[in-house]
Amino acid sequence: MRCSGWFTVVCLNAVCLTSMIPGMVLGQGTAKNLPIPETIEFNRDIRPLLSDNCFQCHGPDKNKREAELRLDTEAGLKGHDGKPGTIVPGKPEESELIRRIISTDPDKKMPPAASGKTVSPRDIELLKKWVAQGGRFEGHWAFLPLHKDAAVAVANEQAAVSKVDELVARGLAEQNLKAAPEADKVTLLRRIHFDLIGLPPSEKDVAAFLQDQSPGAYEKQVDRLLQSPHFGERLAMWWLDLVRYADTVGYHGDQEMSVAPFRQYVIESFNANKRFDQFTAEQLAGDLMPNPTREQRIASGYNRLGMMSAEGGVQDKEYLAKYIAERVRNASGTWLGVTIGCAECHDHKFDPFTTKDFYRFEAFFADIQERGLYSGAHADGSWGPNIKVPTQQQETQLAALDAQIASLKQKLETATPELAAAQAEWEKTQIPWTVLKPDSIASVEGVTLTARPDGTILASGKNPATDTYTLAIKQLPPGVTAFRLEVLPDPSLPQKGPGRAGNGNFVLSEFIATIKPSVGDDRPVAISTATASYEQTGAAGDNPYKKWAIAAAIDGDAKGKKWGWAVMEKVGQPHVAIFETASDLTLENGDTLTIALQQNLDNPQHTIGLFRLSATTAPRPVKVTDAAPPNISAILAIAPPQRSEPQLKEVAAYFRTIAPSLQQSRNELAAVEKSRKDLDATIPTTLVTAAVAPRMVRILRRGNWMDESGEAVTPAFPAVLSAAAAPETRLTRLDLAKWIVARDNPLTGRVFANRMWKLYFGTGLSRKLDDLGAQGDWPSHPVLLDYLAAQFMESGWDVKRLVKTIVMTKAYRQSSLMNPALRDVDPYNRWLARQGRFRLDAELVRDNAMSISGLLVTQVGGKSVRPYQPPGYWAYLNFPQREWQNGVGDELYRRGLYTHWQRQYLHPSLLAFDAPCREECTADRPRSNTPLQSLVLLNDPSYVEAARAFAELILHHEGSTQQKLNFAYLRAVSRPIEPAESQLLEKLLETHLKDYQADPAAANELLKIGARPTPTDLPAATLAAWTSVARTILNLHEVITRN
Amino acid sequence: MTLPIDVARRSFLQTTGISLGSMALQSLLAREGRAAEAVSPTGPKWQGVLQPMHHTPKAKRVIWLYMAGGMTHLETFDHKPKLAELHGQAMPESITKGQQIAQLQGQKLNCFGPQHAFKQWGQSGQSISEIWPLLGSKCADEMCIVRSLHTDAINHDPAHTFMNTGSMIAGRPAMGSWLQYGLGSESDSLPGFVVMVSTGKFGQKQPIAARQWHSGFLPGEFQGVEFRGTGDPVLYVGNPKGVTSKRQRDVVDAIQSLNGLAQQRLEDPEIATRVSQYELAFRMQSSVPELMDVSKEPEHIFDLYGTKGGDGSFASNCLLARRLAERGVRFIQLYHRDWDHHGAVKEHSAGTAKEVDQGVAALITDLKQRDMLKDTIIVFGSEFGRTPMAQGNGRDHHLAGFTMWFAGGGFKPGMSYGATDEFGYHAVENRVSVHDVHATLLHLLGIDHNRFSYKFQGLDSRLTGVETANVVKELLA
Repeated sequence: MRCSGWFTVVCLNAVCLTSMIPGMVLGQGTAKNLPIPETIEFNRDIRPLLSDNCFQCHGPDKNKREAELRLDTEAGLKGHDGKPGTIVPGKPEESELIRRIISTDPDKKMPPAASGKTVSPRDIELLKKWVAQGGRFEGHWAFLPLHKDAAVAVANEQAAVSKVDELVARGLAEQNLKAAPEADKVTLLRRIHFDLIGLPPSEKDVAAFLQDQSPGAYEKQVDRLLQSPHFGERLAMWWLDLVRYADTVGYHGDQEMSVAPFRQYVIESFNANKRFDQFTAEQLAGDLMPNPTREQRIASGYNRLGMMSAEGGVQDKEYLAKYIAERVRNASGTWLGVTIGCAECHDHKFDPFTTKDFYRFEAFFADIQERGLYSGAHADGSWGPNIKVPTQQQETQLAALDAQIASLKQKLETATPELAAAQAEWEKTQIPWTVLKPDSIASVEGVTLTARPDGTILASGKNPATDTYTLAIKQLPPGVTAFRLEVLPDPSLPQKGPGRAGNGNFVLSEFIATIKPSVGDDRPVAISTATASYEQTGAAGDNPYKKWAIAAAIDGDAKGKKWGWAVMEKVGQPHVAIFETASDLTLENGDTLTIALQQNLDNPQHTIGLFRLSATTAPRPVKVTDAAPPNISAILAIAPPQRSEPQLKEVAAYFRTIAPSLQQSRNELAAVEKSRKDLDATIPTTLVTAAVAPRMVRILRRGNWMDESGEAVTPAFPAVLSAAAAPETRLTRLDLAKWIVARDNPLTGRVFANRMWKLYFGTGLSRKLDDLGAQGDWPSHPVLLDYLAAQFMESGWDVKRLVKTIVMTKAYRQSSLMNPALRDVDPYNRWLARQGRFRLDAELVRDNAMSISGLLVTQVGGKSVRPYQPPGYWAYLNFPQREWQNGVGDELYRRGLYTHWQRQYLHPSLLAFDAPCREECTADRPRSNTPLQSLVLLNDPSYVEAARAFAELILHHEGSTQQKLNFAYLRAVSRPIEPAESQLLEKLLETHLKDYQADPAAANELLKIGARPTPTDLPAATLAAWTSVARTILNLHEVITRN
Repeated sequence: MTLPIDVARRSFLQTTGISLGSMALQSLLAREGRAAEAVSPTGPKWQGVLQPMHHTPKAKRVIWLYMAGGMTHLETFDHKPKLAELHGQAMPESITKGQQIAQLQGQKLNCFGPQHAFKQWGQSGQSISEIWPLLGSKCADEMCIVRSLHTDAINHDPAHTFMNTGSMIAGRPAMGSWLQYGLGSESDSLPGFVVMVSTGKFGQKQPIAARQWHSGFLPGEFQGVEFRGTGDPVLYVGNPKGVTSKRQRDVVDAIQSLNGLAQQRLEDPEIATRVSQYELAFRMQSSVPELMDVSKEPEHIFDLYGTKGGDGSFASNCLLARRLAERGVRFIQLYHRDWDHHGAVKEHSAGTAKEVDQGVAALITDLKQRDMLKDTIIVFGSEFGRTPMAQGNGRDHHLAGFTMWFAGGGFKPGMSYGATDEFGYHAVENRVSVHDVHATLLHLLGIDHNRFSYKFQGLDSRLTGVETANVVKELLA
């Protein structure tokens, strides 16, 4: 077979047209040889060609408008205020528009050659005929109110179905076409299964439906599927494309963010048939609702699903501008189906949206708390406001633990006479400290050191790289056994100190005590041991002490002068170091004690910010572990009767934290608190929207975020869609949501109904799902589209009702088979003389194979999962570097929509079948047909394992080879196998059975693919040969096609 | 395997012959106002929507050597003696005022002199740094160096996206995809758009997103395919364990025959396309390993590239690029992600250049000796340049001026074009935008960028964006 190239789609024959139209591709198609209609309709026939050929220079964008000529308004076309028009109604030959288009003079010809545009002969005929018929102008259809014939009161279900069929039939009759007969029951059942729940029917479902001859049999099935928990999953797949749900942030390092509860919210909302207006408002503004429920807060995560960056060097403002502009594109794309996003840098070329409209739309989102650069998020995963979303079971567990904690705390906080007695005993054992008030304090580098009444000394002013503080003390209690250095937090210090480095840390390199007698040489005071309340362990790679040890501060710089004591992990808290003297120290008359605190780290500014020095004469050993914290020992120095009430309480409270009699309760509390913490860590979080004071939004000229000269704007709806005067108070996201789902918003209902139609027919009634603006597609059935939109809104935005209305129609139930005659007259099946045939969406290709093979785990919702992915696929991700870890157990067999959605490297099996990366709003997935898809189905371990599991099922089915094959077909395609098919597969089976019997090692290798254990009850060669058969079946076009 | 599978398959192929169909092609052609019959029955490959091309092309294919991370122009191709004189002095505020700055935001901006000497190479006397001894000595007279590039993005991710797709907003097709769409493929067993990535030892290993070779809003058929150095060279191209090529063939034959029976029953052209794609998939299962196996290359080729292949190095990828070019692959992109030199730019630029020098010189030499350089465009460059200001002993990201160079495929050889100011900061003379590069490349491939568009969200979207882009005529031979 040599008839194709790479990724080549080959068509050499004009008759090979199908309804399997990749929507996106189809959008490009215009049949050039269609007949000219009897009556020209401006919106159907003329506006698209003017928009395509003329609006770029003669359209809504005032800045790019040439010759002051506008062809998108009636005034522009027909003249106004004495200005002549470009058409003369009834007289094509006198109309300048037509003269210019047919002109052969290059100076006059429109559109000019440089534009690259040419108006086809058919289009010229259309224009002439339109002018000849009077040149009737209409506003753009999608911005006009719903058609009057459509905007009727809500009909009962049956009447609505009939009305839809009547409108489709009207179209067919006008084209002299006939509807196809109803599809056979098996096809119908498979169709509604794939369309409504995205899973194939089981053999039992098929058998039951075939047996049910009652008139309501089909409707019964529809109702069953609408109630299925998988209904929400199917619609969620579609909705998540629109709202760009993904599990990673997309920019640069593409790190993970936690938003799985949002996906669950979408699934549950569709399952519960939540009103679409409510669903809309919760996502755009759930956080602004009065006392928002947890569900509403999860929904508000919609605003946080856009891409984010933790790339060093990102300029905050630039990315804030990117994020907020994306929200305009997303909200307008998701709900309104228009491309307001195009007006970021210039007025829209085709639709009446101005740059001001764009930025006023942006301003609705200006209250969302966020950062441009999520600095550090690549390491700590903190991507802004989020909430915990425990399961019901987790909530119960939490409540139980909280109750335990409360009761233990209660016990630990209750004073008793026994405790008071024990405390009195304990106090006798405590070391008394005397705060030393230095006679002078000096800094080598000229730092301002201020002694405060409580004996603390604060450093301020100059902040040198290194320094030595020297304290001179003349009064000392006789017989000092130890000094205590407290380093303390203070609001004036970075990170509250106690150090002056930017991170609040310090390094005490050396603690040197010296006696300076009035005459004679200085005598060093030997320090025998030193202990500290905490020693830093971080950044200690090349530290000879393996940590920032207090021992380094009394080592005489033996291992280098920069090493010393530091506390990086616990900055912002008080710390203590105690230095034991080698022998009792008493100052003789005239002696001065100097204490030098050397701070020599080469990483600058690691000096102490606030400290206090004390001394004790208590017998050795004097160590930090024996000492009460500084605040307590300060109180202990006061005799109990003199202590204030708060001081008494403080000491008693402290004592209870160390009282031996409470040890068991403390242990219990620690254990319960740990359990709570562990449980808490397993509770998923989800990003939510938190509103803050709105930041200023300016019109950015040419979209340039550095340009601050533009006008500041406040939230407002696009002028063309809203006549309301600007309100007094600032509009909010909630107002935006209300306006989007207002009964008179012409877009939302139409957009939704059109997209639903695509889900159930393969293309929309207007084929451009992402643009209902001037460059969009005139709907094949405008009244039908409006009718569906009106019914949808009138029914209370009832999604299930709309779905049911569509799938109950005769149009939906038609056969999808095509015939040559139909191909010629309606190549794109616009008139719906048959149903569509199309490949399953990416996730469903997987779900289908999992379901057929019996591997599918049908759990609904939960965190994202990781089916097999080729190793090394993430090699070019970084910050951090990552390797995909395959899931375990059930996680390997979940539905495709739960697959971890990595924006930069989406799972290759999903990507091959056109799943979008979800970096932006995706309204219309293309459907390609590529060799990579074949490679996935042939070789991806998920599909090989599924084939083996399917083979096991087949082998466990009692019967002959033919009966087994028939069972396989019933399972895979819901129909009996044909004799020719059976023969082919029998032959394959026979060949491979021999083959694998001769090569048992190969059989075993094949069967070992996947985590599922190899069965012991089936001969390996037999199972391997049947696996070949199962692989063949799972690869069939029929298996992955909905028809 | 004998009857009946073969019979069914053959009879299917005979009956359907080459009149297979697919809606995708149909509508693409329809969009261009051409009937499907316009495709010659003897040339059934996808040959692109541009038939005929807008003008006679000079080049048939592109090999884009993408120096990812932001190659310093000041140590490589843009000599700034004045900057050396100013080393350590403050950069004048008039130069930096109102400019975008990345990691140096809020820091003191001091000049940082070039860290490597430059010399004149070849008959053309091109000024190139000494860290490119092989490129300079062997290829200077083939190179067309443009020193006046500027771009819109200062961070890696959006700057890559802009360089590849002409837009910072994700979702636009990469240039390779545009070419598949417009020109089609010359290979019938390999993808038309192939990407390979090598990783060096010096710079930060900045991520590269698969978005850089995504087909965006164009059909998925036009997506770039990554060829990998380890594991399956193309994802899923290897048979499952225990499945020999013959067994795989049996399975594919059975699939084809069963799909053929369905096609006879239903006359659904999409089935026919599916059949052809399975054939292609199966062919790829041998053509890709054949391509990747360089063991039969002669010794002097190994010497030339300095590799025996199979090591995932840049040079090894260069050798594969030549083999891909020979087999008709349209757009080959080699990323070497090692150029993000925030620190130690002297040592790191020398190190990374060494990783690249021999491969690129070999590739140009090799193409030339096979007479393929004339219709193969070599593109060499980064997503942006680096600051003339110091970041410690390195340089920060820089968008206002940087260098790219081209060779072959209709570019003027041995020439220099454009210039930055004396600091190497702003492109000041003959400024060239990223869109201009795209326009020029398309021009050489026979495409008028203004007339090459695809409707997306209502707009005639172009690779070269909505603002004016120009073919840089001075660069054309």
